[in-house]
Amino acid sequence: MSARDIAAPVLLVAVLAVLPFFASGTMLNFLVSALIVALGAQGWNLLAGFGGQLSFGHAAFFGTGAYVTALLQIRFGINAWAGMAAGIALGAVVGWVIGFLSFRARLRGSYFALVTLAFAEVLRILANAADFTGGAAGLLIRLQPGFGNLQFPDRGVFLWLVLGCILFVLLLTASIERSRFGAQLVAVRENEDAARALGVDVLATKLKAISLSAAITAAAGCLYMQNFLYLDANIAYGTWISVEVLIASIIGGLGTVLGPVVGALALHGLGEATKLVSGQITGIDLAIFGAVLILSVAFAPNGVMGLRRLFKGRAG
Amino acid sequence: MSLLSVNGLSRRFGGLLAVDGASLQVPAGAITGLIGPNGAGKTTLFALISGFLEPSAGSVEFDGQDVTREAPHLRARRGIARTFQIVQPFAGLSVRDNIAVGAYLRHPGRAEALVRAEAVAREVGLGSMLDGPASALTVAGRKRLELARALATEPRLLLLDEVLAGLNPSEVRDILPVIRTIRDRGVTILMIEHVMQAVMNLCDHVHVLAQGRMIAEGAPRAVCADPVVIEAYLGHGAADRIKAEAPHA
Repeated sequence: MSARDIAAPVLLVAVLAVLPFFASGTMLNFLVSALIVALGAQGWNLLAGFGGQLSFGHAAFFGTGAYVTALLQIRFGINAWAGMAAGIALGAVVGWVIGFLSFRARLRGSYFALVTLAFAEVLRILANAADFTGGAAGLLIRLQPGFGNLQFPDRGVFLWLVLGCILFVLLLTASIERSRFGAQLVAVRENEDAARALGVDVLATKLKAISLSAAITAAAGCLYMQNFLYLDANIAYGTWISVEVLIASIIGGLGTVLGPVVGALALHGLGEATKLVSGQITGIDLAIFGAVLILSVAFAPNGVMGLRRLFKGRAG
Repeated sequence: MSLLSVNGLSRRFGGLLAVDGASLQVPAGAITGLIGPNGAGKTTLFALISGFLEPSAGSVEFDGQDVTREAPHLRARRGIARTFQIVQPFAGLSVRDNIAVGAYLRHPGRAEALVRAEAVAREVGLGSMLDGPASALTVAGRKRLELARALATEPRLLLLDEVLAGLNPSEVRDILPVIRTIRDRGVTILMIEHVMQAVMNLCDHVHVLAQGRMIAEGAPRAVCADPVVIEAYLGHGAADRIKAEAPHA
């Protein structure tokens, strides 16, 4: 990676990292929520933006990360950091299994999207029914601030943790973009037969992508759990997260390194602003998300990052 | 010594026997032609050789190894590269990145792969289009891109499926030396072609496929004069009619 590839991600994260020194508690809460979605969106973007495999069920990975982190702490008394590591690992495994089953069957496009949605829904229903996962009542982690418990009395520290994850994934994505794996992944997105003819192992490439993608989105789930200390099946495996990571990536710019983060911040910023203006009409932010998505797909199919490129191109 | 050996290969699609017991040998270092009327099964035969289809019967041997059931990407690693009759560019990528995907097969590092891609692009005459999007290429440009991507995998056997179709005569004339140079560098070529000027010019040996069967083979000139071949193209009795009319012509 050249200095130029690293500069933009580092700059973006650095700007966000100084905010705890100025921003109010409400502002920090908003930022943490938006950035957790951003991290989940980074995972989605790797598979869908770079690999062209549009998933509608990233909740399966988000929820697995969240549940594993919570269950290991509550049921087995395992350290929160180890719980998070296990959550990420298991998220990757779930990703690989779903990928293996659907890619082996050569599911593509909307068929793949529907199957991923089905997997997430199955997990949601199971988690909602089983006693082990707390059933419909959900799971509550005891409030015990401390570094070892991955709970911080200072909201800013948690924000830095989330930002650290985001920076790591930004740099990972930037390096993938310039690697053989990245080139092969994009080739698979553009034309599977042509890729195969050039010696690309299409199944292996997709499996690698979905495992990585799932691990990243699972990490977002783990952080969500540690942030709110509560979850139930509709939060962890609900379609809301599948939809939000997808919209954030598309608004930000599919298949770009910074897109998902920019998109999630823009989207949540807009959502908060409308809530302030409209005075708490329930669901108004979702209506706005929908409108923005339609406008973006119609007029800026490459998202915010695409707009930037457009201006650059015009400038010369 | 033949690099590729196809033995009694058949492929059935439901009630249609698209390729019917076809056999052919491709000697190393030569340009071998595969001709035949539309619908003869030439492209299906290519798909069987490159692994995109599994044969119903028969075998494919590459360099003495049986590869009949091997996946396409593994055959590409062995050194079998193909182009597509209907061009399949990675439309969203630049010409350079298109070719680099092929170059990555033998060069895992980005820098080497890009250098290699650039060299191949210049070899096939795409040197000035490297940074443009593949979707902006003309038909002739896209055919060259197909060729460049396949070449970038550094193949030992190159399967060319009508790379000259749709080109005008001057474009054909431009690309013939490119193909000859590739052969001279030691790449064995098997080409499907309808442009007879090219077949006559390039091929050392020609096989003729009609309705899934091999009906003739030999030197290009001999094959074109073969009554069986003429009838396969023009219909039953055509060879006799041409011969009968010849004295008056």
